[in-house]
Amino acid sequence: MKQILVISGKGGTGKTIVTGSFAALSKNKVMVDCDVDAADLHLLLHPDIKERHEFRAGSTAVIKNNLCKECGKCIQTCRFGAITSGFKIESFSCEGCGLCSRVCSYNAIIMEENIAGEWFISDTKYGPFVHAKLGIAEENSGKLVAKIRQVARELAEKQALDYVIIDGPPGIGCPVIASLSGVDCALIVTEPTLSGLHDAQRVIQVAKQFNISVKLVVNKYDLNLKMTTIIEESCYQQGVPVIGRIPFDKTVVQALVEGNTVVDYIQCASGDAIKRIWEELKD
Amino acid sequence: MIISVASGKGGTGKTTVAVNLALALKNIQFLDCDVEEPNAHIFLKPTIVKKKKAHVLVPEIDELKCNYCGKCMEVCAYHAIAVLPASENNKGNVLVFSNLCHGCGACSLLCPRVAIKEVEKEIGVIEIGKKSEMQFIQGCLNIGEAMSPPLIRQVKEHIDSARTVIIDAPPGTSCPVITAVKGSDFCVLVTEPTPFGLNDLILAVEVLRKLEIPFGVVINRADIGDGKVEDYCCKEGIIVLMRIPFSKEIAKAYSCGKTILSISPEFNRDFQDMYVRIGTLINKN
Repeated sequence: MKQILVISGKGGTGKTIVTGSFAALSKNKVMVDCDVDAADLHLLLHPDIKERHEFRAGSTAVIKNNLCKECGKCIQTCRFGAITSGFKIESFSCEGCGLCSRVCSYNAIIMEENIAGEWFISDTKYGPFVHAKLGIAEENSGKLVAKIRQVARELAEKQALDYVIIDGPPGIGCPVIASLSGVDCALIVTEPTLSGLHDAQRVIQVAKQFNISVKLVVNKYDLNLKMTTIIEESCYQQGVPVIGRIPFDKTVVQALVEGNTVVDYIQCASGDAIKRIWEELKD
Repeated sequence: MIISVASGKGGTGKTTVAVNLALALKNIQFLDCDVEEPNAHIFLKPTIVKKKKAHVLVPEIDELKCNYCGKCMEVCAYHAIAVLPASENNKGNVLVFSNLCHGCGACSLLCPRVAIKEVEKEIGVIEIGKKSEMQFIQGCLNIGEAMSPPLIRQVKEHIDSARTVIIDAPPGTSCPVITAVKGSDFCVLVTEPTPFGLNDLILAVEVLRKLEIPFGVVINRADIGDGKVEDYCCKEGIIVLMRIPFSKEIAKAYSCGKTILSISPEFNRDFQDMYVRIGTLINKN
């Protein structure tokens, strides 16, 4: 069983487009969407949700005003500026450490567990799909990613699947780190821009900390051939194989608007490129 | 006035809009709060005059004082401390997982033996610079660090309220974005007219409504995709501040680190008009 993660560093390079096509091309796998606070893969996979689960993580302080003596000890102690001068908790600032509730001499503060989101196991025409939705303005996206990764792995083991294919989040922070943990291969999708190069360099460094196979493809490569070459040369210097180039193709957006993966739509240059990339990646 | 530029979906053009808006205006302070992947410097090309390390506080246990009672582990909400109690054959052990630590101070405050002090752990770098009259500040998270909000907060400590502050926010809708946009007078949401753009715009709008920050939308690559983003904005009464057409010239310029204004100076007027409109919307609010 091989776990393949698609990441980018920079947002908007085409991770979900590529992963959606991998869903159509691969057999005997489970798909996972780890971009939990801006999940889009379901718009290509059209899931039929079979299981819904609450995701509980962290907690938020609640001040019981009838017990509060307004001594201000909680405000002094809170490192996150989450308690207003009017003794109300600003839930977006509260990091759930619980220190205020411990220092309050009047037991006026309790910690309430957060329902931070939901995760789902769904059927799709491409096979099983594990995905999630983080609650609005919630934290703990890394924990939710870790949860759905675990669920997907267990499902793959139980059903003796060959692949777990994961649409990753942008950036390099905790959701990306949680996505990288335990994968066999990270495929970086970048674009031929200075921003794409800069951000790919950083995510390559993060991925390399995990001692896994790291590969790269350049999407919309023909928008700037010179930058494409610079990126490929840089990857070569770092021992990161470049396993494909996808041309800029207006068909991608047309397919997306109709809710189709590129390879399920009409035969086109970008679809052909993604097919070749999957052939390189799958073994 | 503090204007943040966010999106939900990555790659819609936040940095493009933030950078070009900043260049079209005067008396600007630009804060790049996309600390995991800061890119604005590629386009603004500021001269950096100061670099400083950014830290968070993490616990350090004095094992001469520690009796492995486990109180610190009990009070840590993030499982950032593990205590193995002393036994016949072992003296006991304390492990700190500083990556998980939020720096709340609970362990050091509540340790009955006063055996915990807080020490600085480096998480990234803050760079301060200028481009002509514009002040520029960026945060850059160290590779391997998991949490960006502490660094974003430290970047925002430099806010100069005598200037118009423009904040380039990270993608997504969770805590890094919240930390970046919190306290803004207005947020510009940059989207694209595709199903992904619409899906993530809806999430971003929910966040801003929860934070009670007034906002408007810029539709980038406005002539591709479909009309559903426009329909959504119309139905929700959301102001579309600007529409930027898809242009291979703009895309090519972007790929080389050039701004829209440098190749199409007529956009100066559009960005200035958007700023005036934002001012009106803030006052209305």
